[in-house]
Amino acid sequence: MPHPGLAQTSSLDTFPRLLRHHASVRPAKAAVREKEFGIWQTYSWADAATQVREIACGLAELGFRRGDRLAIVGDNRPRLYWAICAAQALGGIPVPMYQDAVAQEMAFVMDDAEIRFAVAEDQEQVDKLLEVQATAPVLAHILYDDTRGMRHYTQRGLMSLDELQRHGQARHQREPQFYDLEVDKGAAGDVAIMLYTSGTTGTPKGVMLSHANLLLTAKNAADFDGLTEHDEILSYLPMAWVGDNIFSCAQAYVTGFCINCPESAETVMTDLREIGPTYYFAPPRVFENLLTSVMIRMEDAGAIKRWLFHHFMAVAKRVGPQILDGKQVGLLDRLHYGLGQLLVYGPLRNVLGFSRVRVGYTAGEAIGPEIFSFYRSLGINLKQLYGQTEGCVFICMQPHNEVFADTVGPPAPGVEIRIADNGEVLYRGPGVFQAYFKNPESTASTKTADGWVHTGDAGYFDARGHLKIIDRAKDVGLLTDGNLFAPKYIENKLKFFPNIKEAVAFGDGRGQVCAFINIDISAVGNWAERRNLAYAGYTDLAGRPEVYALIRDCVEQVNADLAADEKMAACQIHRFLILHKELDADDGELTRTRKVRRRFIEEKYGTLIEALYDETKATCYIETQVKYEDGRSGMIAADLKIEAAQVFALGGAKRAA
Amino acid sequence: MQMNQIGNAAVETAGRKIGEVILSLEHISLAFGGVKALTDISFDVREGEVRAIIGPNGAGKSSMLNVINGVYHPQQGRIVFHGRERRAMEPHKAARQGIARTFQNIALFKGMSVLDNLMTGRVTKMHHGLFAHMLGFGPGRREELAHRQKVEEVIDFLEIQHIRKTPVGRLPYGLQKRVELGRALAAEPSLLLLDEPMAGMNVEEKEDMCRFILDVNDQMGTTIVLIEHDMGVVMDISDRVVVLDYGKKIGDGVPAEVKANPHVIKAYLGAGH
Repeated sequence: MPHPGLAQTSSLDTFPRLLRHHASVRPAKAAVREKEFGIWQTYSWADAATQVREIACGLAELGFRRGDRLAIVGDNRPRLYWAICAAQALGGIPVPMYQDAVAQEMAFVMDDAEIRFAVAEDQEQVDKLLEVQATAPVLAHILYDDTRGMRHYTQRGLMSLDELQRHGQARHQREPQFYDLEVDKGAAGDVAIMLYTSGTTGTPKGVMLSHANLLLTAKNAADFDGLTEHDEILSYLPMAWVGDNIFSCAQAYVTGFCINCPESAETVMTDLREIGPTYYFAPPRVFENLLTSVMIRMEDAGAIKRWLFHHFMAVAKRVGPQILDGKQVGLLDRLHYGLGQLLVYGPLRNVLGFSRVRVGYTAGEAIGPEIFSFYRSLGINLKQLYGQTEGCVFICMQPHNEVFADTVGPPAPGVEIRIADNGEVLYRGPGVFQAYFKNPESTASTKTADGWVHTGDAGYFDARGHLKIIDRAKDVGLLTDGNLFAPKYIENKLKFFPNIKEAVAFGDGRGQVCAFINIDISAVGNWAERRNLAYAGYTDLAGRPEVYALIRDCVEQVNADLAADEKMAACQIHRFLILHKELDADDGELTRTRKVRRRFIEEKYGTLIEALYDETKATCYIETQVKYEDGRSGMIAADLKIEAAQVFALGGAKRAA
Repeated sequence: MQMNQIGNAAVETAGRKIGEVILSLEHISLAFGGVKALTDISFDVREGEVRAIIGPNGAGKSSMLNVINGVYHPQQGRIVFHGRERRAMEPHKAARQGIARTFQNIALFKGMSVLDNLMTGRVTKMHHGLFAHMLGFGPGRREELAHRQKVEEVIDFLEIQHIRKTPVGRLPYGLQKRVELGRALAAEPSLLLLDEPMAGMNVEEKEDMCRFILDVNDQMGTTIVLIEHDMGVVMDISDRVVVLDYGKKIGDGVPAEVKANPHVIKAYLGAGH
């Protein structure tokens, strides 16, 4: 319970103070739910405040001091969230870690952050921490939530959270003012959390975010979307990711809404349905998989159901997004859509767990326009945002009724954005991180003295004032006429077609853009079978004139799309060829995460690229070495056709190829 | 509960507690017509231990298990369970006295959900009749809730939350085995008989099953008698091993002793080795 007299004097600018506030303003309202033993167990804000106090006092008993780091490892569990706040209450810095990290990966963070205290979810995580402890003896205390399997562990410094909380209770009884005094020592500018970036480039860096960073950004975004204490979210994203800290901690603490922890990682879909969140985030991959599973299940449905689904999805595609945006739609269409709502959209939303979603977000990578509009046409208010750990997520976000598949929206409230000369996006705002932990060089190269942060992404504002992210800044080049060349932007557009599996665009330092295309053998093969088009294998199919016509159609659609955009019109694809083999990680053409290795491909297929830019050539002969799965290697030879695609003048009028 | 665990920690470090003999089988002989399935077999099971019965095909292992829970009645010998002597057990009495088992060929209700299958494990503990349970309120309802809670603990223990509502017939084999263990655990047995719990499983499934068996033994204090073919598994998880061959006992002792026993080596590898 808050200490009388203190609550009034301190403002609500740190997490523990907000917790104290909610516990006194809405003590009985649900703060956290967790499904356990098949039942959703509810903890009120008053419960949460008590738990946090007990953990904090227990930690203090163990010698946790201001500025100490507390590692948190595990799935989304209420007590792990409370441990975060408990560390903050004592002026410490919680460091959540990815629960699926192996011990070596953890060791780097544990060592870098000099972590003395760790809270683990269960035996599995404790085992990893004990392994880390062998090399990083600074780690003195390991606390665990789930006691299962822990009975025979006798290592020093191991303690269950239950026991810690009993020590905490005792401490609180001895010193009832201790906790509140500690909370009052906190300041908005203190570091509230430290999150390690995934480290795809070099070693992970600890991003330090202050209470003010997180809470101001969370508040702005909550106001932007009209979030209230009545909202519900499902907390299923990794706790070490900045998004979960914003959605499950900062926004919950700012508005007082309830977070729901799933029963286990395997039950997330069922739990989603049961909770029916009103506010939801998922990366594009999740939406893509959901759509695929719906489509597969519809294929197995009876004829009537299938007809109903396809009929009403066509209606939804035509008018759904407009109805969602509150635009003018004819009465007949409205009635038609209403019927669909009753028969198809409503039940489908329910199955997906999206019945109550008021605001849904996706971010992280480009989402296919088809996928995006599928959800919007169902009446799910799915929007895009653009964010980074260094900026507390929200840099750009799409307002209601201004949602487009190809942009990430205008700058979020309070955020300023500037585009550098090389196309890189820079931003400044309340969420800008304090610094990288123990890494002033990286801090200086990322954040300028006056607070601008380099995102490393290239982008530009379109005519509507929305930011469009096109590529990583280091990959963006220039055409000889000075126009920007963003290979990934073009490749993504191509890859949204199901017939195209991979694409590589060229153009940096050249007069025009040309591209290699990889067909998707299952999609194109299926298409060929339906047309009774016999083919001997990949190389044969890829060289067929019918397939070239199919792909040229896709390329020209992309060109038409690019032509509509002033900044990108010059990036239209003039000539292309279909590769005779699939780009493969075994041959070094892709990374293990299936990203194109541009430099390598440019070297390996140099002759093909020269032929693409030599207008006199219509074919090019190539022999390529390939590695088979059993380690043998062989040669594939082919005479590849090079075709020209139609390009369009700005705005869409035709121009000679 | 929590306090106890911590209080006992010092005692437990020396290892698990293995207590008195709770089940002893004395001079058991079982024949089907002229076929002698078991001949003069004696061994005992101590409280809290993991006791394995091994042997080649047709050695009489499953018959032995069936004698313990009363499916077969031996012609000779006696069984002493918790100090009470009897010539033979009856299956329903065995169940009420705290003996639960799983089967070599999974014996679940394929069309029913995992949850319902586990609930059937509670049948011997239900006190109200069919009509009370049909009402959907009152004492029958309260009783069902209490049983459901117990079953949910088992679900949590075996980590099968995600298949709670799935019909058993749709589950892969390894998970069905786990559900069957769950049903046996739902009966809160003091003695658990497992008939080849790991047969037909892949390495990962076997590892999971071993962990569950050890956890059951360790955390619930359940005594376990298991039949198993996989020697590696048997030697790793059991405290004592009985070896049968052609219905006769040819070895009995801790795994290391059994491994060194020449009769056992002969039965497994054949003569001349």
